[in-house]
Amino acid sequence: MSWFKDTLTSSIGRKLIMAITGLGLIGFLLVHLIGNLALLAGDGGISFNEYAHSMKGSPVILIGEVVIFSGFLFHIIDGIGLVISNKKARPVSYGGGANAKTSTGSKIMGPLGIVITVFFILHLVDFFYRAKIADDLGLDANNIADLYALVVEKFQSPAYVAIYVVSMIAIGIHLNHGFQSAFQTFGLNHLKYTPIIKFIGTAYAVVVPGAFAFIPLFFYFTK
Amino acid sequence: MNFTLKIWRQKGAKDSGQFVTYPIKDISSDSSFLEMIDILNNQLVEKGEEPIAFDHDCREGICGMCSMYINGHPHGPENLITTCQLHMRSFKDGDSITIEPWRSSAFPVIKDLVVDRSAFDRIIQAGGYVSVNTGNAQDANNIPIPKTDADKAFDAATCIGCGACVAACKNASAMLFTSAKVSQLALLPQGQVEAKARVENMVAQMDKEGFGACTNTGACSAECPKGISIENIARMNREFIKAKLSSENV
Repeated sequence: MSWFKDTLTSSIGRKLIMAITGLGLIGFLLVHLIGNLALLAGDGGISFNEYAHSMKGSPVILIGEVVIFSGFLFHIIDGIGLVISNKKARPVSYGGGANAKTSTGSKIMGPLGIVITVFFILHLVDFFYRAKIADDLGLDANNIADLYALVVEKFQSPAYVAIYVVSMIAIGIHLNHGFQSAFQTFGLNHLKYTPIIKFIGTAYAVVVPGAFAFIPLFFYFTK
Repeated sequence: MNFTLKIWRQKGAKDSGQFVTYPIKDISSDSSFLEMIDILNNQLVEKGEEPIAFDHDCREGICGMCSMYINGHPHGPENLITTCQLHMRSFKDGDSITIEPWRSSAFPVIKDLVVDRSAFDRIIQAGGYVSVNTGNAQDANNIPIPKTDADKAFDAATCIGCGACVAACKNASAMLFTSAKVSQLALLPQGQVEAKARVENMVAQMDKEGFGACTNTGACSAECPKGISIENIARMNREFIKAKLSSENV
């Protein structure tokens, strides 16, 4: 199996890990967003709480969670490793700057990754931990955990809303480059399809993080 | 034209090096960049100082020797040319110009602006060739090759191995160079025999030399004096994945 290890530890192999996990996480965002849209149902959180409740206890969901967490973990660890070895490849930096034209966001994928990781941890502690592990939420009219009330409460703080909006902008820039970059890493570059891939990536990077950012803004301005 | 030159001076591989500022006067706007450095070097020699060491050879834009990182761009601010084809009319009178060697752990500085690029030679040695059995030369048209493939292979083969891609890349990655060398053979029937071993060995050598990985920023292609496209990097990735999954090299 040394060929397998050689492949995944090579420069291209490490990019493949970034691309596979990255696309997986991009897919997860959409699933997460669709669930979150229940927050906007306007029924005082009944349907959102039911949705959140259905995410508990099922082995299918548990497997999904393990896969998603592994995706995050591999993406972050591999990303840190790549940043370190890429820095090592240029030990002395240029005095006259680096002025080459590059694609949007591509030069700051690492710093954006740090912002997103910090947000991810904060988000897990505030919502995932409270709902799934601590399980200390109050009950709603249907006698199930009232995650909706927690969401409403959290999004009353302007600083908290600002952190969410800024983080979603960071995710948008990260995805705009990451989506099309993943296809390039797979070797899928074609005159016909690359412009389509880039368009889909940019549209996704605007719409999905945009919709996520809309939720805290909605609760801040309406509740 | 008058300029203020900020040039990297480094006595040897072990010296830490620093920028030294040299004012230079009365340079013709039609003088090439290297001629301007020649003039400066003459002035330095007359003053009894050590001239600036820099690589150059053909001065026709095809050999890839003149490696200078000028004002944040490999080969200077103009597109699709090497440093030797850059003229002082591309600058404004009174400009301050920063000149540095390529920066990469795989390209150690030998002296001043001269770097050791033999890492590229070792990548080529690892697989950038085709083996042809001896015998009578066959008719040139025996192997039909589509024109578009021949053109793409030739576009990749215009790489002069100057190292500007490594210099421009924020990760000092050699993927544009290596992918051009993989592509020029992968696109042609003559290159198929050794295709899998080639890409595996060349990528392994590239990694061993300490070049960084690709972030798909496109800086390499933007700064390449021959305009090599990052499509080649995608092709190399494709060849690499295909080879790793199907070669018998376990």
